[in-house]
Amino acid sequence: MQCQSCGLRPATVHVTRIVQGRVEQAHLCAQCAQESGEIDMLANPAALLQSLLANFAGQGQALQTDKETRCPSCGFRLSEFRETGLLGCPSCYAHFRTELEPMLRRLHGTTEHRGKLPLRRGGAFQRDRRLQTLRRELQQAVAREEYEQAARLRDELKQIEAEGG
Amino acid sequence: MQIEEHLGSPRSAWTSGRGEMADVVVSSRSRLARNLEGFAFPGRLTSEIATQVLGRVQGAVQGFGSGWSFVKLSELSAVDRQVLVEKHLISPQQMQAPEQAALAVRDDEGLSLMVNEEDHLRLQAFRPGLAVRETLDEALRADDQLEETLDYAFTPELGYLTACPTNVGTGLRISVMLHLGGLVRTRGIAQLLQVLPKLGLAVRGLYGEGTEAAGDLFQISNQITLGQTEEEVAAAIERAAQQIIDQERAARRMLKEQALQQTQDRVYRAFGVLRYAQLLGGEEAMQLLSELRLGVEMGMLQVSPEVVNEMLVTALPGFLTRTMGHDLQTLEERAARARLIRERLQKEGI
Repeated sequence: MQCQSCGLRPATVHVTRIVQGRVEQAHLCAQCAQESGEIDMLANPAALLQSLLANFAGQGQALQTDKETRCPSCGFRLSEFRETGLLGCPSCYAHFRTELEPMLRRLHGTTEHRGKLPLRRGGAFQRDRRLQTLRRELQQAVAREEYEQAARLRDELKQIEAEGG
Repeated sequence: MQIEEHLGSPRSAWTSGRGEMADVVVSSRSRLARNLEGFAFPGRLTSEIATQVLGRVQGAVQGFGSGWSFVKLSELSAVDRQVLVEKHLISPQQMQAPEQAALAVRDDEGLSLMVNEEDHLRLQAFRPGLAVRETLDEALRADDQLEETLDYAFTPELGYLTACPTNVGTGLRISVMLHLGGLVRTRGIAQLLQVLPKLGLAVRGLYGEGTEAAGDLFQISNQITLGQTEEEVAAAIERAAQQIIDQERAARRMLKEQALQQTQDRVYRAFGVLRYAQLLGGEEAMQLLSELRLGVEMGMLQVSPEVVNEMLVTALPGFLTRTMGHDLQTLEERAARARLIRERLQKEGI
């Protein structure tokens, strides 16, 4: 059965709603179900990961015919990720960034760490985090045409960059 | 302390029955997933390299001082590993005991480390009752101490890098185990199970992913590990736990006001069966212990919650087999379970 919403992907989510005493059924693919808010897959990362891995499957075929890339550090291929849901090594995150980012966004709603920084190496990371935030705020300020604010942010950025040598 | 002593005792950091909100909350746990820089994740390590990881972690753990034991899981029997799962010291996934997987555990079992599980390191702090902040603080302190000698795989953008993308970021999973006997009996539980996922919380059974909520014990935990600070996660879990506690207490009041006799009847029947039965199945024991627990929590029975928790662990298959010293046939297992529970209640003079 195809998804009733996009008509492209197979329907894997079957929703039964009771609207004013009448039973309604919807058959959706995982992606449309998530977008429609019918199910909150964020609440179940295992299920969400499975559905995201299923989406990977389509891409995986293209990748395999297209000389699938391997992580230069550990030789890991994305098709293996599709099977296990596990990555090969820490460098896989950088190497497969493009492929992983949408997945992380759907799992966690963001791709930006805000938690703890390692104690010993934390100083440099703190600075990086501040720079990142400033750059983003600067972009937003420019987009909103708030040039005074943008100038202030740009000065702060320059200062921190200069301090870092 | 030797690992033998951990394996031989049904007591653990979470079984004391003490702590805040102990009438509903059995225990709280914070777990941090960490990996070492420059090594592939455990699933892709050769035995040789995994040994190096193990050596480094073992070295770092020595920094914790005395009062710790360290054991390679491959040196333990399958039954012993099962006992460690039942005590929540290793994960069910570690039952297969991949080579070079190990456990480091503090004498009180309140802090422990799984090595070479899905990630190189999984650090967990356990306490009885509602103690979310305390377990988080303890885990983070131990993490700082380990980081003095270990280089973690970390990037400022994605945080701590983990084998599975569902853990990346803080690597933090906080869980609270609650006994929701009142909500199960008043049918309020269904609604709760529907609401929690909408708050980004997972609900699981006693032994984590994919397990049934045996004995009306439920674990709630956070799902998101990226984009929130550790404190935000702790606050959200604490808030949710407090709301569930309020609902559970309300359900128990309802049972008292509207179904006192029926509730008492079930509690005392459960007590009677546990006290005198000669054969007890695993599931049956779980159900009866839940009735008994509810009776204790509602002040109907004078049994210490610690005894209830110990009976629970005692009645689990791994622990039971280990106590009896050999593999058990079905009938034998049921007889042993019934006897150990009888004896435990007898020992309490009830």
